[in-house]
Amino acid sequence: MLWVDKYRPKTLDQAMVHQDIAQNLKKLVSEQDCPHLLFYGPSGSGKKTLIIALLRQIFGPSADKVKVENRAWKVDAGSRTIDIELTTLSSTNHIELNPSDAGFQDRYIVQEIIKEMAKNRPIDTKGKKGYKVLVLNEVDKLSREAQHSLRRTMEKYSAYCRLILCCNSSSKVTEAIRSRCLNVRINAPTEEQIMKVLEFIGKKEGLQLPSGFAARIAEKSNRSLRRSILSLETCRVQQYPFTSNQAIPPMDWEEYVSEIASDVMKEQSPKRLYQVRQKLYELLLNCIPPEIILKRLLYELLKKLDAELKHEVCHWAAYYEHRMRLGQKAIFHLEAFVAKFMSIYKGFLIAAFG
Amino acid sequence: MAPLVQSSQPWVEKYRPKQVKDVAQQDEVVRVLTNTLETSNCPHMLFYGPPGTGKTTTALAIAHQLFGPELYKSRVLELNASDDRGINVVRTKIKDFAAVAVGSAQRQGGYPCPPFKIIILDEADSMTEDAQNALRRTMETYSKVTRFFFICNYISRIIEPLASRCAKFRFKPLSEEIMISRVLHICQEEGLNLDPEVLSTLSSISQGDLRRAITYLQSAARLFGSSISKIELISVSGVIPEEVVKSFFAACRGDNFDLANKEVNNVIAEGYPVSQMLSQLFEVVVESDDISDEQKARICKKMGEADKRLVDGADEYLQLLDVASSVMRAMCNMPEDFS
Repeated sequence: MLWVDKYRPKTLDQAMVHQDIAQNLKKLVSEQDCPHLLFYGPSGSGKKTLIIALLRQIFGPSADKVKVENRAWKVDAGSRTIDIELTTLSSTNHIELNPSDAGFQDRYIVQEIIKEMAKNRPIDTKGKKGYKVLVLNEVDKLSREAQHSLRRTMEKYSAYCRLILCCNSSSKVTEAIRSRCLNVRINAPTEEQIMKVLEFIGKKEGLQLPSGFAARIAEKSNRSLRRSILSLETCRVQQYPFTSNQAIPPMDWEEYVSEIASDVMKEQSPKRLYQVRQKLYELLLNCIPPEIILKRLLYELLKKLDAELKHEVCHWAAYYEHRMRLGQKAIFHLEAFVAKFMSIYKGFLIAAFG
Repeated sequence: MAPLVQSSQPWVEKYRPKQVKDVAQQDEVVRVLTNTLETSNCPHMLFYGPPGTGKTTTALAIAHQLFGPELYKSRVLELNASDDRGINVVRTKIKDFAAVAVGSAQRQGGYPCPPFKIIILDEADSMTEDAQNALRRTMETYSKVTRFFFICNYISRIIEPLASRCAKFRFKPLSEEIMISRVLHICQEEGLNLDPEVLSTLSSISQGDLRRAITYLQSAARLFGSSISKIELISVSGVIPEEVVKSFFAACRGDNFDLANKEVNNVIAEGYPVSQMLSQLFEVVVESDDISDEQKARICKKMGEADKRLVDGADEYLQLLDVASSVMRAMCNMPEDFS
C-alpha cells in the first residue's frame, strides 16, 4: 500500500492538518443534519481526505465498504434517449462520481442520480439519517447548464440527499450554487505542517530522517501534501539510510519540461521549434494536461529570464492559455507560446548584443 | 427565546417578513402598497434593485395580505427563472391564467380580496425579449382581471413597452443600521452572541444584501456554534481577508517581479478564489489616492480582461500573475502593450 493511502487519516479526529476544520465538521454533523457542502482548495490539500472522514463520521464504518461500479443510464431527453456510461464509487449510503467525465451530457447524469437516490430512500429505523450523500468531484468542470439544473434539484430533493461538492477553484462554480452550500475553504498545508506529517510517517515507519531532509522535501513539493509523501516514499526506495544531502528526484515530466526550457533558451530557430514540438507531443501523449505543461514551462523560463522580459512572457502565457481553453487542439497554442517566446528572446538578444 | 436548535429551514425563509409593513427601508413602496391594501386596487408593478433588498418578499407579502391563505393558490401565479419561461409559457400558461375571470370583490375572512389575480414574474430580466414582447398585449387585454408584478435586478433588461406599463419602484440597498437591527433580531431569536464589531463586519461584507448577510450568519452559526468571531465569519463568507489583498497589492506595487510571483503563488495555495480576489483588488485600486487616473484605467482594463478569461475557464494562476504584472507595469509607467 502506498504511504499516501496508508497514512490517510481515517477519522476526523486523526486529521493532522486542518484540525480546526475537521473539528468544526464533526460538530456540524453530530449536532444536526448537515447542509450541502462545497469544499474548495488547491490539489493535494486534503479535500478528499476530509470528505471520506466526514462520510465515516456520518455513517459509521459502513462508509468504508465501497465498490466500484460501471453503470449505464438511459435518459429521456425530450425526443430521444441518451445512453451514458460512467464509473461510480458507492457504498450503501453514498455515491461518488466525477460528472465531468460525461462531457456535455453531465446535466442528465446529475439529475438522474439524484432522482434515483430520492426514489430509493434508505429505510433506517434507528438512526435519523434519512438521507444519502452524493459526492461530486470537480464541479468546477461541470457545464453551466448542469450547474443551473443542479440548483433547483438541490432544493427539491434536499430531504433525501445531501450533496458534497469538491473543486479546485470556486470561481468557476456559479454564485447560485455557492450560496446554497456551506463553503469550506481548504488551504494548502504550510511547509511546517508538511514537515510534521513527514516526520510522523518517518517515525511510524521506523526511518531515520536526517535533519533538514523533511524540510527539503516539503519545499520541493509546492505545498502539496500528497506529493511530498510520494516523494518521501520514492526517496526511501531509492536509497536508505537517508543521507542529508540526498537528491530528491523530481517528477520525470518536470525534468522534461525544464529540458524544453533550456532548449528554447539556447537556440531560437525553426529547427529548434520543430524539435520542441516533438517533445511537447511526447508530454501530451503521456497525458500531462496542457495547461500544466504551459505553467511549468513558464515557471522554468521565468527562473532564467531578466526582470524586464518576465512581464512580457507571463502576459503571453496567460494569453495563450486562455486561447487554449477556447480552442480545441492544445498543441497549437503550446507551440505558439514557444514561438512567441523565441521571437521575444531573440529580439532581446539582438538588442542587447547586436 | 428559542433554544439553539437549527431546523433545516433556511433562516432566509424563516425570517422573511410576512407583512408589507415589516419590509425594511423601502418606505415609498411600503406606503404605496399599504394604500393598495386599503383601497384594494393597484397598478402593474415593476420592482427593481440589487439582490437581497426585499423585492420578492414584498411581492409575496402583498399577495398574501390581499388574498389570505385560502384564495392564494387560485389567485396568484408565481414564476421564477428556474421554471421554464420561454415564449411558449407566456403564450399558454400565463395567458390561460390571466384569462380566467374572478368573482366580484367580497371580503373573506378579513382579507380584502380584490377582484383581480396577480402574476408574479420573478427574475424577469432573464426572460427572453420575445417572451417579453409576447406579454405586452396580454397585459393590456386582461388588465381588468390580472395584475403583473415584475421583479428584476436590472431594469435595463426589461423592454421599454413593458416598463412603461408598470409603476416602477426602485429598491435601495439596505443601510448599515437597518441591516444590523435585522440581524440582531435574528440573533436574539436564535440565541446567538455577536459583538458589535462582528456585526459591522457582517454588514460590510454583505454590501447591503440582507439575504447574503443572513446566509452567512446561518452558515457560521452551523459551523461554529453560538458565538461567532470576525475571522470565522470571514472564513464562511469566502471573502478574502483584507490583509491578504493589501499585501498582494503592496507586492504588485514594488518593481520586484519575483516577489509578486511568490505572492500570487501564495494566494493560489491558500485556495482563495481568484474572481473574488479581483473584485476586492478592484476596490482597493479604485479607492487608493496615490495612483493616477491613467494608471487606474490601465489596471481596471486588465482586470476586466482577466475576469472575462476566468469566466471562459482560463487558469487562475496565470491570470492572476498577468494582472499582477500589469499592475506593476502600470505603476512603473512601462509601455502598455506588447507587440
